[in-house]
Amino acid sequence: MRHTITVTVENEFGVLSRVVGLFSGRGFNIDSLSVAETMDPTVSRMTIVTRGDDQIIEQITKQLNKLVNVIKVVDLTMGDYIGREMVLVKMNANEKTKAEILRLSEIFRGKIVDVSPSTYTIELTGDDGKIKAALELLQPLGIKEIVRTGRVAIQRGSVSA
Amino acid sequence: MKLTGAEILIECLKKEGVETIFGYPGGVVLNIYDVLYDSDIRHILVRHEQAAVHAADGFARATGKVGVALVTSGPGATNTITGLATAYMDSIPIVVISGQVPTGLIGNDAFQEADIVGITRPCTKHNFLVKDVADLARIMKEAFYIAASGRPGPVLVDLPKDVVVSSTKFSYPESVSLRGYNPNYEGHPGQIKKAVAAIMEAKKPLIYAGGGVILSNASAELTALAKKLDIPVTMTLMGLGGFPGSDPLSLGMLGMHGTYCANMAVTECDLLIAVGARFDDRVTGKVDEFAPGARIIHVDIDPTSISKNVKVDIPIVGDVKRVLAKWLELIDKENISGRDEEIKPWLDEIAGWRAHHTLSYEKTEEIKPQYVVEMLREVTGGDCIISTEVGQNQMWAAQFFTLDKPRCWLTSGGLGTMGYGFPAAIGAQAAFPGKTVIDIAGDGSIQMNIQELATVVQYKLPVKIAILNNRYLGMVRQWQELFYGKRYSHTVMDYAPDFVKLAEAYGALGLRATKPEEVREVIEKGLAHDGPVIMDFQVAREEGVYPMVPAGVALSKMLLA
Ligand SMILES: Cc1ncc(C[n+]2csc(CCOP(=O)(O)OP(=O)(O)O)c2C)c(N)n1
Repeated sequence: MRHTITVTVENEFGVLSRVVGLFSGRGFNIDSLSVAETMDPTVSRMTIVTRGDDQIIEQITKQLNKLVNVIKVVDLTMGDYIGREMVLVKMNANEKTKAEILRLSEIFRGKIVDVSPSTYTIELTGDDGKIKAALELLQPLGIKEIVRTGRVAIQRGSVSA
Repeated sequence: MKLTGAEILIECLKKEGVETIFGYPGGVVLNIYDVLYDSDIRHILVRHEQAAVHAADGFARATGKVGVALVTSGPGATNTITGLATAYMDSIPIVVISGQVPTGLIGNDAFQEADIVGITRPCTKHNFLVKDVADLARIMKEAFYIAASGRPGPVLVDLPKDVVVSSTKFSYPESVSLRGYNPNYEGHPGQIKKAVAAIMEAKKPLIYAGGGVILSNASAELTALAKKLDIPVTMTLMGLGGFPGSDPLSLGMLGMHGTYCANMAVTECDLLIAVGARFDDRVTGKVDEFAPGARIIHVDIDPTSISKNVKVDIPIVGDVKRVLAKWLELIDKENISGRDEEIKPWLDEIAGWRAHHTLSYEKTEEIKPQYVVEMLREVTGGDCIISTEVGQNQMWAAQFFTLDKPRCWLTSGGLGTMGYGFPAAIGAQAAFPGKTVIDIAGDGSIQMNIQELATVVQYKLPVKIAILNNRYLGMVRQWQELFYGKRYSHTVMDYAPDFVKLAEAYGALGLRATKPEEVREVIEKGLAHDGPVIMDFQVAREEGVYPMVPAGVALSKMLLA
């Protein structure tokens, strides 16, 4: 099963490689990973999407907790959370497809952030389902390139991870 | 007053009560060595950095204190990897200080630069690159704290040359505060109660004690628990000495080369009480058939050890010593009259297994390695520190040198590092100059760090090396004999030095025994000698270690000979 895990860490050099090294060293998979500073500049937060059975996920969270620079580990999958990802999609755009690209972008509340004579670049944000649906519909119109941020996630309501 | 980084480093070591360090100098640590020259800290110059780390590790295992090694950048630092990985696998508290090229050159492929923080990340508990001399004292404090607390382990501190040279005001922090690091020492009270209830209910309980018992100094509590409730005890390779091996309740070691009795008891018990043990595959054999009918209690300071390999019924995250003390407190309130009768059938069953297959070997014209180990035990009366190399020598030492006390057994359990025993013995001997320290070695392993003979001669460390010389990489040969149709591919070690002459070349004493009658005399002579000794025992070449559970097979399916 896929799990979304947030890891709060000391904002020090080398911490990211400690976390990533833990995954690679133990043969765990990372589907996506995003990381940046929090409101407290001495603390960073990572969102890691990984997969495994219960036992593997238990090991992952325990092993993460064991790292000296890791302050907190929360497996969001256990509760209610909001997950988002941003994608930049560069479309081949010609006279025949331009209107349809614009229309789809609007439907998915995307933004055209760059235009050239032969391309449109769309910025899209959303949960997994939305991103997947959008890409599926855009595909036949000619995707030139995509880049994704990986998931960021936060717990719903007043709880904080 | 301002101190240089080098001076601060030495001050920190003093504050930590460090009296002895093991090391090897080089360009970027010259300033540190210069300060060391005038300090009271004893520095033992080894002949290879790997040995410095193993010596620090042996020192730590024997004393319970943090061991310290100091090395230079690049090749000096990379030579420490095996030592770090060895200490990491066995949870040994050491601090390794490595020199580094100046911060301005880091990443420039400078002379003798290695990304040692990167290289050692997976084989240290934690590591630091000190970028500013202002952080040095705090980092040293944290390094010692992290090494020794929780589940202990090796910590590396990488010190760039410019940090060592620049200066700042020195103040050593009183305490450590690390947001992400708070080891849990007290087990959960509810779980502790549950465990006691399970122990009181069990008809066939068995204690399975690992290295955690020794690391947390819990031997007294463990012994009290076993004796109070007549619970038999089996120990892992790392747990040996955690419970007196000569006690009638001791079943000896379990696992791949464990006793018949211990492995049968694990298979038949109804409650397995695992304390400070981590269910290594060398212990469990085939996991599905490990303690198949038992409920399992597992006490460990490290939550990641719990339910990693084997599903546990009552997990307790905490310090072994404290949890055992709590158990004892609760058990004191229980009524245990009539327990003798209840437990008797189980103890009888165990006695039956024990009588059936004891550890033994056939006596012949040749010297049997087991006999050498038995004689070492007999002549010393067990009053010594034993280190081992890796292979058959290690297993025979584990089987035939009955240990009654903790911290007298230095062996590389988790990593199985050939070349560990001799430098580890150096560390222990440096800590206890008056004690007998014996490295039980194979002829292959001893050649991995044989250069340290110079160290023991120079520092008058009277380490005794007993080589069980079978002119094979014996343990590998045994596997080839059993599983590869006796095709001894590259395990024949006929081209060994004359160990007696080798000892003499270094200025140590060399002795040899070729017949069983000579064994005792050689040992007595070697132990009586006031200095380092190599005792070369030319043993039966194709002797095997038995019992043996082949890898991945159930413990109950032992090969008995
Ligand atoms: C550094 C290292 N290299 C290789 C091995 C694999 N290995 C395990 S036991 C063994 C043979 C050891 O031979 P020896 O030291 O002569 O001891 P014996 O088994 O004969 O007692 C080897 C090669 C190891 N454990 N460590």
